[in-house]
Amino acid sequence: MGLLDYFISSRSKGTANVAKERLQILVAHDRAARDRPSYLPQLQEEILAVIRKYVDVDLSSVSVNYEQEDSHEVLELNIILPDTLQNQA
Amino acid sequence: MARIIVITSGKGGVGKTTTSAALSMGLAQRGKRTVVIDFDVGLRNLDLIMGCERRVVYDFVNVINKEANLNQALIRDKRCDHLYVLPASQTRDKDALTKEGVERVLNELTQNHDFIICDSPAGIEHGATMAMYFADDAIVVTNPEVSSVRDSDRMLGILSSRSRRAENSEEPIREYLLLTRYDPYRVLSGEMLSVDDVQEILSLNLLGVIPESKAVLSASNAGVPVILDRESDAGRAYNDMVSRYLGEDVPHRFLNPEKKGFLSRLFRG
Repeated sequence: MGLLDYFISSRSKGTANVAKERLQILVAHDRAARDRPSYLPQLQEEILAVIRKYVDVDLSSVSVNYEQEDSHEVLELNIILPDTLQNQA
Repeated sequence: MARIIVITSGKGGVGKTTTSAALSMGLAQRGKRTVVIDFDVGLRNLDLIMGCERRVVYDFVNVINKEANLNQALIRDKRCDHLYVLPASQTRDKDALTKEGVERVLNELTQNHDFIICDSPAGIEHGATMAMYFADDAIVVTNPEVSSVRDSDRMLGILSSRSRRAENSEEPIREYLLLTRYDPYRVLSGEMLSVDDVQEILSLNLLGVIPESKAVLSASNAGVPVILDRESDAGRAYNDMVSRYLGEDVPHRFLNPEKKGFLSRLFRG
C-alpha cells in the first residue's frame, strides 16, 4: 500500500511529460521556421507595397505561407481585401 | 578513403568529448585505423580526456598553417596502435580553421585511415560548423533534458543545410542519436524524459544510450577513455555503441533500473 502510493504519487509529480509537451511544440515551431526560404519576409513586404498602390490594406491582411512536400513546394499568398471594395463594386 | 564522423550537440557539457574519446578508442581497438581531431580551438580538452596532454607539441592549427606536418602533430595513442590524436590549438582563435585548410588536412588523413572523428566544440559558431562541414556521419549527443534536445534539433537543421554533402546535393549526412547521462530511475519516476520521448521528438536512428555513471568522471580524472573501463555500465554502453555503429545488431542495455535494491533482495530472499 505504502509502496504503491509512492509510485503513484511520484508518477503524477513527474515533470517529464511537461518537458515533452513543451519540446514537441517548440521543435515543430522551430522546424517550420527553419524550412522557409529566407526571402519570405521581404517578399511579403514588397507584395504589400504593390497591393497598397491600389487598395488600402495593412500588413496583417497579407499572409505568405510556405509548405514543403516530398516532390514540390507550395508558396501560398493570401490577401484579405477590405469590405469597402465590395461595396464600391 | 576514411569515413568522417562528427560528434556534435549544440549544447555544451553533454558528453561530446567523452563520446569522441570512447568512439575513437573503440574503433581503433577493433582494428580500424582511426584519428580523432579536436576542433575546439582555444579550449582544447580532448588531449586531457585521452591522457596525452603532456605529449602535445604541434597542433591542428600548426598543420593548417603549414608550420608542422601531420606526422609531427599526430599523437599516437600508447594503449592502441591504430589510434592517433590531433589536438586543437590552445592559443589561437577559431578563425584559424579555414575551410581550405581543414579540407586539406582531412584529405591527407583520409589516405591512410579508416575513420576520422571530429570532436566539435559547443555552439553553432565557426569551429562547430567546420567540424561538421565535411562529415559523412553525425552523432548527435543529447541529454534527456529540454535545452539539450532543442539544441540537438537545431544542429540537425544546420547539418542538413550547411555541410559539403548538402551544398553539393550529395547523399545527406547519416545522423545518429546518442542519449547520454540517462538515469533510468528518474525516467521511471517520471522526472526525466525517456529514450522514447526523445526519439519521438527528434526521430533519429538511436545509436546508443549511455547511463549516468560515476565511471565517466573517474575516467576523465585519469585520462583514460571510459570505454576502456569494461567493468562500468558507461564503458559497456559505449562498447555496444561502437558495435552498433559498425553494423552489429546489439540490443540496448541500461534502459531500466538495475534490480539490486531493497525490492529485489526481498524477492530473491
